Amino acid sequence: MTATSPATSTDTVLSVRDLRVWYGTDRGPVRAVDGVSFDLRKGETLGLVGESGSGKSTLGRGLIGLLPEGAQTDGAVHFEGRDLLRVAGKELRALRGPELGMIFQEPMTRLNPLMRISEHFEEALKVHAPGLGKDEVRHRALEVLRLMGIPPTRYRSYPHEFSGGMRQRLMIALALVLRPRFVVADEPTTALDVLVEAQIIRILHDLRRDFDTSLLLITHNLGIVAEACDRVAVMYAGRIVEIGDATEVFRNPQHPYTQALLRSTISLSTTGLNFIPGAPPDLVQPPSGCRFHPRCEHAMQVCADRMPIEIGVGGTHAVECWLHGPEEYKSAENTRPLQREEISVADEA
Amino acid sequence: MGITQRVIAPFKQTTGLARWILLSGLVLVALFILLAIFAPWIAPYGHAQVRVDGEMFPKNGPPSAEHWLGTTEGFYDVYSRVIWGSRTALQVVIISVVLSVLLGAPLGLISGYIGGWLDRVLVLVMDALYSFPSLLLAIVFAFLLSDLLGGGVLSAGVALTVIYVPQYFRVVRNTTISAREATYVEAARAMGAPRRTVITKYLFGNVVQNVPVIGTLNAADAIGTLAALGFLGLGIQPGEAAEWGYDLQRALPGASAGIWWTGVFPGLAIVLLVTGLTLVGEGLNETVNPTLRKRRLLPFSLPPRETAAVIADEPKDDR
Amino acid sequence: MASAGGSLPRYIVQRVLLIVPMVLILVTIVFLLLRVAPGDPVSASVGGRLSEAAQAERRAALGLDRPLYVQYFEYLGDVATLQFGETISDNRPILDIVKENGGATLTLAVAAFLIALAIGLPLGAIAGRFRDSAGDVVIRIFGVITYAAPVFYWGLLFQLLFAGTLGWLPSSGAATPVTIFEVETKTHILLIDAIIAGDSDAVVDVLEHLILPAFTLGLLLSGIFIRLVRVNMLQTLQGDYIEAARARGIGELRVLRAHAYRNALVPLVTVIGLQVALLMSGAVLTEATFNWPGLGNELIEYINQRDYAAVQGIITLFAVVVVLVSIAIDIITALIDPRVRY
Repeated sequence: MTATSPATSTDTVLSVRDLRVWYGTDRGPVRAVDGVSFDLRKGETLGLVGESGSGKSTLGRGLIGLLPEGAQTDGAVHFEGRDLLRVAGKELRALRGPELGMIFQEPMTRLNPLMRISEHFEEALKVHAPGLGKDEVRHRALEVLRLMGIPPTRYRSYPHEFSGGMRQRLMIALALVLRPRFVVADEPTTALDVLVEAQIIRILHDLRRDFDTSLLLITHNLGIVAEACDRVAVMYAGRIVEIGDATEVFRNPQHPYTQALLRSTISLSTTGLNFIPGAPPDLVQPPSGCRFHPRCEHAMQVCADRMPIEIGVGGTHAVECWLHGPEEYKSAENTRPLQREEISVADEA
Repeated sequence: MGITQRVIAPFKQTTGLARWILLSGLVLVALFILLAIFAPWIAPYGHAQVRVDGEMFPKNGPPSAEHWLGTTEGFYDVYSRVIWGSRTALQVVIISVVLSVLLGAPLGLISGYIGGWLDRVLVLVMDALYSFPSLLLAIVFAFLLSDLLGGGVLSAGVALTVIYVPQYFRVVRNTTISAREATYVEAARAMGAPRRTVITKYLFGNVVQNVPVIGTLNAADAIGTLAALGFLGLGIQPGEAAEWGYDLQRALPGASAGIWWTGVFPGLAIVLLVTGLTLVGEGLNETVNPTLRKRRLLPFSLPPRETAAVIADEPKDDR
Repeated sequence: MASAGGSLPRYIVQRVLLIVPMVLILVTIVFLLLRVAPGDPVSASVGGRLSEAAQAERRAALGLDRPLYVQYFEYLGDVATLQFGETISDNRPILDIVKENGGATLTLAVAAFLIALAIGLPLGAIAGRFRDSAGDVVIRIFGVITYAAPVFYWGLLFQLLFAGTLGWLPSSGAATPVTIFEVETKTHILLIDAIIAGDSDAVVDVLEHLILPAFTLGLLLSGIFIRLVRVNMLQTLQGDYIEAARARGIGELRVLRAHAYRNALVPLVTVIGLQVALLMSGAVLTEATFNWPGLGNELIEYINQRDYAAVQGIITLFAVVVVLVSIAIDIITALIDPRVRY
């Protein structure tokens, strides 16, 4: 799964190695993404789940290069023979649109209120495919809009004439009109109500069939992942703690955090509320060793001492947890349960 | 938070460029306040003095040892009149701003709290006043008041009041309306506090925070308007007190003859004081208005990656 | 198509209706203030020159002996039918004053406004885009100083430099007496009349006289425009759609031009339009500084003669102009921003 060199399979679209994204704040650098590696294949949808503040949004933006000034990156993001982290600004901008795409969270404010929808499309196509004639531009735009369920009669409307759900579909259409190979969707349905959410997820699910696009779907909603994703990666405190086939991970979660997440999901059969004890991790001074250890009921001594190493647990399923090895580093000594003082509620806060 | 603390808070919260702007503004304003207070000791001559020891000052005399900034065509000493002018300017502005707040804020408070037709009428009147050219309004009032109150500082101060009332009215009214809906007010009323108590105790403090920004910007405008009135001959009469705008009017005819000191210095005083007040106001505004604040990321250095081998050998935390 | 068409006329009618109470209030305020003045307007302005009997006659003619509310309604009627009456001191119909001198003020105002736009908009946009850079600071200081210095101070400085020391430009009047004499008066706007007459010397002369006053007033306004455009630019650049455009690989220059600048200007149209009040105050002062033969200059003359009828008439006119411009601005905003019509 994780090699130290980029995968050579011709199927792989994106190859991320040891990606780090840190921000400077007055308390010290925030380690939003702290060593993330994964691959993404053609036409595959990878779900990225985690709590707020786990760094998933930063990861998505970091891949496309939409980080604020002052953020620093390290590692490599291999895409079509280039390392996106080392590509010049102008070249990266040329890639955005035709090769890379982004779908944002709040559709209400992401369209220019003074420009018609047609003008948005014309602009994107004119910038990246200047040779196209006006009719061809219109044809392409209408085609992708049709796939999103937007009728051609609305082509010349203004953004404020659409509802939230429709605007998100417009955003998706705009992101896809140039057929990029890789798209990041950053919580695309969080700002929408549940019924609309289902439609959007359906659209994203069908992306693979219609466009052959690889999608990184960032969300905190596990239900969406189950619906629309081939694989899922679970993120905690800037690291991926578990990754694998979506059905497999949900059926057989290996990391205590993933298990806790699944337990706390509310469904019709929920009888009691579960939550994960403890506070979200401080990304400026993360806990030593495994970052989840202060909140993990299975924590051992080694968990507080060393960062666990990623280990495969069957097929494409991998996890970063001392419970699963590797055995060389475990001993009778350090597998004893972790001694913890009683953390009072006040201390946590 | 006490009321003084609330007023001072915006001053304390500024950082970076906004702080520099604020500080330079404060320095300028402080300078003029000092000039105003200590005028009798600093100014070599009186504001309308034309002779000393029986000897007349020169007419339009250039800057010299006896008259550092020269003399005017009316035989006045420019330096003295600039200093005395500070006192006039500050007196007028203080009267004007204080009166505007005393008129505008309570009206805004009541209007915002009670609402209804009173509110609607007041808003319409205030909007009309606000949209009217302020100088023209000041001219009309000065026109009136010069008969009633004479041509002195008080008359000028009152003439400048009405122009600024709408701003305080509006800001206080808007803050009142949003504060009125706040839950702590609801709680107070649930406990049976009478309307008057609710207004004075709970809403007043909230509202006071906005006043410093508007007050300083108003003061800046008032100085300019006062000078304009003086320039048009409608302001403070020369005998009553020294006023920079009046001096500028008197200096104009001499411009083509190259007599520059009579106008350049009083004008410079106006520019400095108004700039100082504007800088203070703008500096505060950058703090008070959160949408303008830029969230800045600080520089730092990214430590090198630790490879798996390193982690394997040293059982230390990966900091 | 859902935009334009039916909703725009309806919107215009709405705005016009809202404006009427405003005009009413302003006009009433002017009326009350001037009536409230102690002393008697007639004696104040012509008391020294006319006998008691003649003064009494004047008062009757002006309707000053009638009860206040009657005067008020007569006054309203006069305003509505655009009969502003005559001045007290020299019996000149106020409409004549407006006709003869309004053109000069209009020329000055328009020229100054254009200069202010040309200076203020680009500088404000640059300052907004490159926030906190050296250029931003310099531009902002420039903006503050142009506003802090009274317009007549700038006038003085320009006169000292250009008329006094350098002797390049004239410092008073709208044209030399020769030009004024020679150019036939058709529109009462000297510049246009000179152009119509085809007299190039006259046109040059008029323009020479226009430069200093227009630039002085324009400079004052540009300071405010800089500040407004900058703030708007800052807020617009934080917009989500800006980031979304960048995410589509739209180049920085295009983002600024097509998304940021244009969107920043929309709220500005309203605010800049509101500066017409400032423009008028500034025009009055500029005309006094440069002896420019406009309405402002006339106003000051009549103020010094304590001629309340003239003052009332001219100021009422200013009030009406402010309100009309306000409506025009609202309509323009509705044309530019499709969201407003709803």
